[in-house]
Amino acid sequence: MNDTTPVLSIRDLTLALPEGADRDYAVEDVSYDVARGEIMCVVGESGSGKSMAANAVMGLLPKGVSASGGEVLFDGQDLLTLDEKQHRQLRGLRIGMIFQEPMTALNPLMRVGAQIAEVFEAHGKYNARERQERALALLDEVGIPQPERAIRAYPFQLSGGQRQRVMIAMALALEPELLIADEPTTALDVTTQAQILELIRNLQRRHGMAVMFITHDFGVVAEIATRVCVMRHGRIVELGTAGEVLDNPQHAYTRALLDAIPSNVVPQSRDAERPAPLLEVKHLHKVFRSRGGLFKPAREVRALDDISFTLAPGETVGIVGESGSGKSTLGRCVVRLEHPDSGSVMLSGIDYSSLKGDTLRRERHRVQMIFQDPYASLNPRHRVGYAIAQGPIANGVPRAQAMRRAEELLELVGLGAVAVDRFPHEFSGGQRQRIGIARALALDPELIVADEAVSALDVSIQAQVLELLDELKRKLSLSLLFITHDLRVAAQICDTIIVMQQGRIVEEGTAQEVFLNPREPYTRQLLDAIPGRAHEPAMA
Amino acid sequence: MSFFARFAQNRGALVGLLILIAIIGMAILAPFLYPESPWRMVQRPFLAPMEAEGFWLGTDTMGRDVAAGLMHGAWVSLLIGLVSTTVALLIGVPLGAVAGYYGGLVDDGLMRFTEFFQTIPNFALAIVLVAIMQPSVVSIVLAIAIVSWPPVARLVRAEFMSLRHREYVEAARLVGQTNGTIILRQILPNTLSPIIVLASLMVATAILLESALSFLGLGDPNVMSWGYMIGAARTVIRQAWWLSFFPGVAILLTVLALNLVGEGLDDALNPKLVRERS
Repeated sequence: MNDTTPVLSIRDLTLALPEGADRDYAVEDVSYDVARGEIMCVVGESGSGKSMAANAVMGLLPKGVSASGGEVLFDGQDLLTLDEKQHRQLRGLRIGMIFQEPMTALNPLMRVGAQIAEVFEAHGKYNARERQERALALLDEVGIPQPERAIRAYPFQLSGGQRQRVMIAMALALEPELLIADEPTTALDVTTQAQILELIRNLQRRHGMAVMFITHDFGVVAEIATRVCVMRHGRIVELGTAGEVLDNPQHAYTRALLDAIPSNVVPQSRDAERPAPLLEVKHLHKVFRSRGGLFKPAREVRALDDISFTLAPGETVGIVGESGSGKSTLGRCVVRLEHPDSGSVMLSGIDYSSLKGDTLRRERHRVQMIFQDPYASLNPRHRVGYAIAQGPIANGVPRAQAMRRAEELLELVGLGAVAVDRFPHEFSGGQRQRIGIARALALDPELIVADEAVSALDVSIQAQVLELLDELKRKLSLSLLFITHDLRVAAQICDTIIVMQQGRIVEEGTAQEVFLNPREPYTRQLLDAIPGRAHEPAMA
Repeated sequence: MSFFARFAQNRGALVGLLILIAIIGMAILAPFLYPESPWRMVQRPFLAPMEAEGFWLGTDTMGRDVAAGLMHGAWVSLLIGLVSTTVALLIGVPLGAVAGYYGGLVDDGLMRFTEFFQTIPNFALAIVLVAIMQPSVVSIVLAIAIVSWPPVARLVRAEFMSLRHREYVEAARLVGQTNGTIILRQILPNTLSPIIVLASLMVATAILLESALSFLGLGDPNVMSWGYMIGAARTVIRQAWWLSFFPGVAILLTVLALNLVGEGLDDALNPKLVRERS
């Protein structure tokens, strides 16, 4: 069914950025085809311009960006010359779209069925009853459980994966020839991501659509792509079939990206005798109470249900789980940003969870945290030096000495002492995460909790930050509680891995045991869901 | 780059600053240019602007010089606007900060207290307060401050509530900073933008509120203010437009200048904008 006439053909496309941007062109001389019945993956890190060409296809270029050369041919027609009204007729009808954030792409105050029906209405198809029937059939096709109920649900009553399915249903409503998917699985859990990828692949085959799939994740590429286009700084660095690009990458950048993916090879764990634990978590419980909705009755969420584990000095324990597994709550209870309902957190013999008020404040330096979002974790109004030095200053270290220490720490995390006088917004995400690490180190804590510390970063940056953590761990013999949703990342850096599901510990063991010989079905499910896993031997 | 250079990058702010300086200059120069009391009757009433030499802005219903009134009034209007806004900020910001940061019972208590003031119409409360305390500059400033702090508290509370769960605030808590330091050093600087914008508008409303009080005859009887001038001219607005026009323009320019300056301050204090421009 692979007939080779391209549905979409991008020729020498150049998009100019407004003056004052960090480069002149968003994309430069980009050419590729998307043929019927194939999935074209456009891969690149943030800022590579991978989404821009898709925006040009849909006529949704951001303000200030304009096409300055080339053409985008769809069915023999140059899309760049269309006006807004003609674009609108194409969108939905012949070109479908799925976005990254299904919550913001759906209207929160409109029932799902009505939103799907609106797609038909916008193009003047069918009468009201037929529209509802079609919406139901579509929801059924995209595999939403109980479509008769889901059709009357509001977006917030659905899970992230279900919302993405609704988005796909809307995109497919009018049987478009081309489907553009812009990072459709990035906001989802691994197991959900695997399901959605499977769904897109099946639908593509059944409808014989051309799919343009934009992603930053080579794992996803390996899972789904027919052909791959690797982009960097607005240019194509490599273009070829999935097999060629993944197994035999020609360009150094592609190779670097592929190497940056955490591999399946687990470092040998130390078999040393475990000394007396530094951190001892005993029977921790925490329940969140939420008000109910239409679908869900008022309910209690057991975020932590009898959690116990220990962490020895110099050891790294990984907490792995999907969203809602309670892994972040656990981390927050350990650092005392959250108070557990019962149970205790013992830190070298002291009951850390029972400290209060000023005593707690004075003891806080013993446990520090590296936060998830490198953009939200630094105060935009404070210079980097002060951000790092504020901890020691609050603990009574003289200001000048604390600032000197901040410079040393910035050197240590590889940013250089000149960074002290700059503001956070002058740094990239990866650099900010290094600042966050320096801040956590500033108080010489006994334990560092890293809550999804690398999840918000591009793969190549992620690899660098992991490397830094690993190096610091060895140099300073840090004890680390590493919280992540990514089993592979955990396997790279952790000695022990704890898998959590719905507030309970499912499996616990050394990184090798858990990763290579999972005992529990849930762990196995998590492992199987990792995109690109089947391709691994060739990639490594 | 110096603070002023950053401020001056905003053209509008510079214009605003110039207008403001001119008005302050008027207030300072008034006793020298018009040493006589602005209440003194100096010419025949209803002299139109430019009609007689030395009375370029004309005279009012009683034959008092409008230009003299304008100059002397600048002082009172500005003073009332700035002082009452400062007092309102001093009440509203700490209250809102504490309510928003601590939440829970503290928040409930403080907000019910705030609502107590909000349920009474602003202007009615101001009239009552001035009437009870006897009209004077001090009582007017106090009355205006007391009726205008609740919106500040509400705004600051809302900002604090959204900022207190930011990761950088949690990080500050983790390194052991005291609540006071977190409020003052971490959160407050990030709420400055909306506070500055609100404050510049509040100065404007304070000047207008004083005008309204004077209009009702509740101004300080010993000082000339723009509000009093407009109030006194209301009955003759069709015969003598200039009596309310000039003080009206003066209020308009002051308010405009303050808004522009506020915007410029906000830009200059925002580290993000500074580097992007340079």
